[in-house]
Amino acid sequence: MSGGSGGSDIADWRDEIFAALQAAGIGQVGYVPDAGHARLIELCRADPGIRAVPLTTEEEGVALAAGAWLGGERAALLMQSSGVGNCVNMLSLTRTCRIPLVILVAMRGEWAEFNPWQVPMGKNTEAVLALCDVLVHRVERPEDAGETVAAALDLAFNGDYTVAVLLSQRLIGAKRWVK
Amino acid sequence: MIDRRAAISILLEKRGGLLLVTGLGSTTYDVASVGDDDRNFYLWGAMGGAAMVGLGMALARPHRRVLVVTGDGEMLMGLGALATIGVQRPRNLAIAVFDNGHYGETGMQASHTESTVALCDVARACGIERVHDIVDEAGLRNFAAALREADETLFARIAIHADEPPRVLPPRDGVLLKTRFRRALGIEPQG
Repeated sequence: MSGGSGGSDIADWRDEIFAALQAAGIGQVGYVPDAGHARLIELCRADPGIRAVPLTTEEEGVALAAGAWLGGERAALLMQSSGVGNCVNMLSLTRTCRIPLVILVAMRGEWAEFNPWQVPMGKNTEAVLALCDVLVHRVERPEDAGETVAAALDLAFNGDYTVAVLLSQRLIGAKRWVK
Repeated sequence: MIDRRAAISILLEKRGGLLLVTGLGSTTYDVASVGDDDRNFYLWGAMGGAAMVGLGMALARPHRRVLVVTGDGEMLMGLGALATIGVQRPRNLAIAVFDNGHYGETGMQASHTESTVALCDVARACGIERVHDIVDEAGLRNFAAALREADETLFARIAIHADEPPRVLPPRDGVLLKTRFRRALGIEPQG
C-alpha cells in the first residue's frame, strides 16, 4: 500500500480509500479540511496525478466537480458532516445534469461527541443527503472502508449518480487498523 | 457603461475554441442571444456556482480557454470561489462579471456592488493578478483580445446598463446540456 508508515504489511484504512480513488482515475479532489480527512488530504496533495483543491465552503466543490466532469475529469469531494448542509442547493446541479460525483463525509456529532454544536447536522446528515437524491453508503469498520469507497465510485461513474460515503465518527476515532 | 448584449457580442466575436459557462440569470440569455452552441454550459440554477464550474473545467482542459460569464448577484453569492480560484490560478480560466449593481431576475433590487463592494478589488485581493475593470467598448475589446492571447487567470468586471433586454431562452435540460458539451469536446461519442 502506498503511504504505509510502519512497513509493507501495514495498511491504514485511509490509505485504502486513497488507493480506491487512484484506481478509479479521480483527477480532482476538492476538500474543506477536517481532522478525519487529514491523511487523505495529505495523500491527495502529494499525488502528481491528482489536483487537490482546497475550498472555502463545501458547495464550491460540487460545482468544481461538475466543471471537472464537463471537461472530462472525474472528481471527488472530502468534507465533514457539517459541510453537507452547505451543499444542499448546489447538489441540484449534479442531480439535474446527472453528473457523477463521490463525496466522502467524515462524521461528527454522532459518537461520543464533545461539541454539542456538531450534533444537529451530524444527526441529519444522512437524511439531508437522501432528500437531495444522493445515494448513501456508510462505513463503520476499518476493514470495509476501501471496498465501500470503491463500490461508491463504481456506482457513481457507471450510472451518473452522486454517491456519499459516510465515515462514521467511531471509525475515525478508532486507532489505526493493522492488517 | 455598456449595453449587455453589445458586450457579449464583442466578447464572442472571435470565439475560436472558447468554452463557456454562464451563471443563473440574465447572462445565460445574453450568451444565448449570440446563438446557442454545444460548447455553452448554461446554469439555470446552482446560484453562486458558475465560477467554480469554470475552475473545474479549466483544470480538466488546461489547453482550452474557459470563460465564465455571470452577473454581479451570482458572483456575490459565491464570492469565496474567487479565493479558491486565486489559490489555483489556472492559466486558461477567465471570469467576466456583468455588473449592473442589481438583481435583474427578481425586480431590479440593488446588489452589494451598487453600494460598497468592488469586485475587481476582491479579485485582486484573492491573488488574481490580471484584472480588467471595463466601462467602455475599448476596454471590452482589450479583454476580448486577452481571452485569446493571455496565458494567465483573467478577471473582468464589465459595467453594464441596468436594463432587461428581451429574454432569449436556451435549452434547460441539464442532461442534454452536459452530454452535448462533452460530445463537443470528444469526451463522449456522438450518440
